[in-house]
Amino acid sequence: MTVLEQRRGAVPPALRPVPRRGREKWRNRLTVLAFMSPWLVGLTVFFVYPAIATLFYSFTNFDLIDDPTWAGLKNYTFMLSSDPLLWQSIGNTVWLTIAITVGRVAFGLIAAVVLVRLRRGAGLFRTLFYIPALAPPVAASLAFVFILNPATGPVNQFLQLFGIQGPLWFNDPNFAKPSLAVMGLWTSGTVIVIFLASLLDVPGELYEAASLDGASGWQQFWRITVPSISPVLTFAIVNSIIIGLQYFTEAVVAGAVASGSSQVAGSSQNIGYPDNSTLTFPMWLYDQAFHQFHMGYASAMAIVLFIVSGVFTVVLVRRLRSAGIGEEE
Amino acid sequence: MTAAVQIPVRAPRTKDYRRSRLLAWIGLHVVAVAFSIAFLAPIVFIVLTALMTDKQALTQDLWPRTWEWSNFAAVFKAAPLLQYFLNSLLYAVLSTVLMLLSSIPVAYALSKLKWRGREVMFYGVIVTMLLPPQVIAIPIYVLWAHLGLTGTLWPLIVPNLFGDAFSIFLMRQFFITIPQSYSDSARVDGASELQILRRVIVPMGKPGIAAAALFSFLNAWNDYFGPLLYTGENQANWTLSVGLASFHSVHQVEWNLTMAATVLVMLPVIVLFFFAQKQFIEGIKFSGVKG
Repeated sequence: MTVLEQRRGAVPPALRPVPRRGREKWRNRLTVLAFMSPWLVGLTVFFVYPAIATLFYSFTNFDLIDDPTWAGLKNYTFMLSSDPLLWQSIGNTVWLTIAITVGRVAFGLIAAVVLVRLRRGAGLFRTLFYIPALAPPVAASLAFVFILNPATGPVNQFLQLFGIQGPLWFNDPNFAKPSLAVMGLWTSGTVIVIFLASLLDVPGELYEAASLDGASGWQQFWRITVPSISPVLTFAIVNSIIIGLQYFTEAVVAGAVASGSSQVAGSSQNIGYPDNSTLTFPMWLYDQAFHQFHMGYASAMAIVLFIVSGVFTVVLVRRLRSAGIGEEE
Repeated sequence: MTAAVQIPVRAPRTKDYRRSRLLAWIGLHVVAVAFSIAFLAPIVFIVLTALMTDKQALTQDLWPRTWEWSNFAAVFKAAPLLQYFLNSLLYAVLSTVLMLLSSIPVAYALSKLKWRGREVMFYGVIVTMLLPPQVIAIPIYVLWAHLGLTGTLWPLIVPNLFGDAFSIFLMRQFFITIPQSYSDSARVDGASELQILRRVIVPMGKPGIAAAALFSFLNAWNDYFGPLLYTGENQANWTLSVGLASFHSVHQVEWNLTMAATVLVMLPVIVLFFFAQKQFIEGIKFSGVKG
């Protein structure tokens, strides 16, 4: 490449076919601009502007009715010193993010390894494993509150067969988050499909050679399977973390339904039930902004979420870059 | 359907070896069946409960004593489910159509046209795709409030006119696998870029476009945060997700109806999946693996 460029550079300027090119170049630029225009508008109006506006609001008092008034760092100092529920909501989000990421990746990998070893019926089983991932999150949450109902739900009945007194699940502050994590496993079909596809790409000869060398199944898994699919593993882990940071719907709905509240789901009265144990950071942000109308304070929270998810986004984009996703194939 | 990978293991075929292979085969299938039961049991439970009387649904029974198929009709009387359904449909269909109109050209420019800054712009799409919606919700809400459109679904539909990051990403990943020679030869024949897009890339990129359309539809159909934020105060514009989430608050003791409503909300998505299974699976693979 460099040699070629040098050679091209060595050609005397007079011999280069320049004059006609100028107009064509402009036409090409205009074509690109025309094709990209929807996105350029979208990026500006629905991403760049709101990001800047959020930063601005975060330094103001703003209740949506009156114009924002400057408040300096007040929102940030309040967040760090006086918000009684902030740290709890951060703790809940971190707990759920870790539990769901670890659970989904580990379980997804196990399920995919099982599927890849089935010679017949892998397609059928894959379909069965994937179906719950399609369930609308609201519907899945309702289903799980019912299934994990402490008194009449089938899970506690099943446990009773073995003489185990099942927990109160969504009604117990210590079990509400684990219940959400179990639901996260149930809907892990997407991860399974992605892992299965990449496992199918691992060349069979690698395993053949390894078993000739006397490697056990366990060794093969750690020495061949995991390294071969590590790009996909990283993608799944980081992607799952980013999704975990946004955790909202399932916690709102499960909390509202389990509480037995007669208020509409997501209202201030039933979010975080029981005892704020399912109150995630985005839920607290939502409540502050759209129920309490502390828009300035909620914007400061949004900036925190922006920075944290930004860090993971950069990790993922770097990972994708080193895998060459932005280049042509 | 994809056949599982063949892992040729050519070890000596002794009796012991064959026995251990058989045990492994049995073990594997036991695990696969156990997983399938775990995945399907919740759906079976809610369907069975949806068919019970309201009294029986409050007991420990798993099997309906009488099959109350009328529950599914009763749900429509218990809540304006049909209205919610139509709202969901409006949101999902319009979003998908507008997304396709705006995002196909962008995906084309990001995969088939050569220009400086293309790669940077592509990473910009990925960053936007990964951004939590709550981060930028406030100024966008304020914007729609100024336009007097809060309380409607338009704030969720209109942005699709300006490209959807995930759809652009997905279709770009498909388009880039279409050999450059096809568009090049069309270009030599004097076709404009728009003609190349319409006659070469769209027909050849159909699986990718179909997958993007499916996921766009599904995302809108399943969305809860968006409709809650914009239509929460205006029940006439609730979607199925919002309506279902609050169904139980009014029908506390009628678990049978709550579960019937849950089944009805899940059903269209599962039916859609059975008709377009291949596009779904291909789409997921492309969004995850080719990275």
